[in-house]
Amino acid sequence: MLYTNLNHLESAADHQKAISENENVMVICGRMGPMCIPVYGIAEEFEKEYHHVKFYDMEFDNPESHVIRNIPEVRGFMGIPFTIYYKNGKVVKATSSIQTRDQVKSILDKEFAAAVTA
Amino acid sequence: MNQNIHYDAIVIGAGPAGLTAGIYLSRARLKTLVISEGMAGGQMILTHEIANYPGVESISGYQLAAIMKKQAVAFGCDIRTNVSIQDIALTGKLKRIILSDGNTYTGESVILTPGGRPRTLGVKGEDTFKGRGISYCATCDGDFFTGKEIVVVGGGNSALEEALSLTKYVSKVTIVHQFDHFQAFEHAVEEARNNPKIQFIMESLITGFHGDESIRHVDIKNLRSGRISSFKTEGVFIFIGYLPNTEFLKDKIELNQRGEIPVKPDMSTNIEGVYAAGDCTAKRFRQITTAVGDGTVAALAASNYLHALKAKQKQLITV
Repeated sequence: MLYTNLNHLESAADHQKAISENENVMVICGRMGPMCIPVYGIAEEFEKEYHHVKFYDMEFDNPESHVIRNIPEVRGFMGIPFTIYYKNGKVVKATSSIQTRDQVKSILDKEFAAAVTA
Repeated sequence: MNQNIHYDAIVIGAGPAGLTAGIYLSRARLKTLVISEGMAGGQMILTHEIANYPGVESISGYQLAAIMKKQAVAFGCDIRTNVSIQDIALTGKLKRIILSDGNTYTGESVILTPGGRPRTLGVKGEDTFKGRGISYCATCDGDFFTGKEIVVVGGGNSALEEALSLTKYVSKVTIVHQFDHFQAFEHAVEEARNNPKIQFIMESLITGFHGDESIRHVDIKNLRSGRISSFKTEGVFIFIGYLPNTEFLKDKIELNQRGEIPVKPDMSTNIEGVYAAGDCTAKRFRQITTAVGDGTVAALAASNYLHALKAKQKQLITV
């Protein structure tokens, strides 16, 4: 179980529903470890600002996370979390390992450009 | 509209030193703000299991940070996370900080607890291959390297202990270290030397990372001969110590050559009313317990300073 305040995806069906019903989606697939926790924290903060983006997490060790672990965009990834950005159900960006606040912000602004209501 | 908001004390950093300072200051009925560029907890949240914090048998860094934050908030401390400092002025009676939210925060006392961060090699390809073969956490990423040959960079306790833990997964570990001896405790060095999966390349540095989707080889420079050779590997774990997060304090306060803040026994700095605590200070041992101790001393000293200042102001008004 991931102890975060993000919405959790617990199955492939949850994942499919999230990316098909929302235009802009960020999914962080990780564990409760040193490289993942900061990224959950950054997403929790951005959730308050980026109302046009839906933020989720998914347990890396949940077998259902094959929907993330097996996509071509993560080939060569050898560091958790795997963070995937979807627009209209399609992967537009994927990152591996810890990211800074500025790195996440830059991706959100580039891929999901929209007026931000702070 | 941007606001000017006043506090008695402002704590910069929300790791164990900063949160402890927040607890003590707020409990002393001083209006206190703790600000942090990241989440509350600092590097403590990166620790999977803490087993040497007295009074707590075992707890994750994330949980301990959450408890410390809750305690500070319960005493009335304001905590603002994921904000950055745009400008800071520490001299004079009233310290002034402008945050990324556009507001200006003032306080009679400031406690600096910005902590530190893992040092990176800063060589070509390091950013490109982060998460694609380069890792800074053996516990997190070790299993991606099962059966592979990897490199560990560093010669301190972390490097040797993590190298040993990685032998559970990998077929071979090559430790690359810049000196001809290790800084780690002798027992860790001995254990590494006795492990048949571990070999050593001493007096050498990694100068480049190469690959495609993931790392394939690294450049290793021998510091004696200057010769650079290509070394095949599928993973590199980097454990080369920490850097203090004090860049924003350059020319604002006294820093030593390593960028650390020199402090007196009461954690005061060279500027009146400004204190420092935790990993950003010049000291030998950096533990959660030492950061908590530093934060306590800094908060008590700042508290004395603030109460004396208030008494002086009251006296002047009475006269």
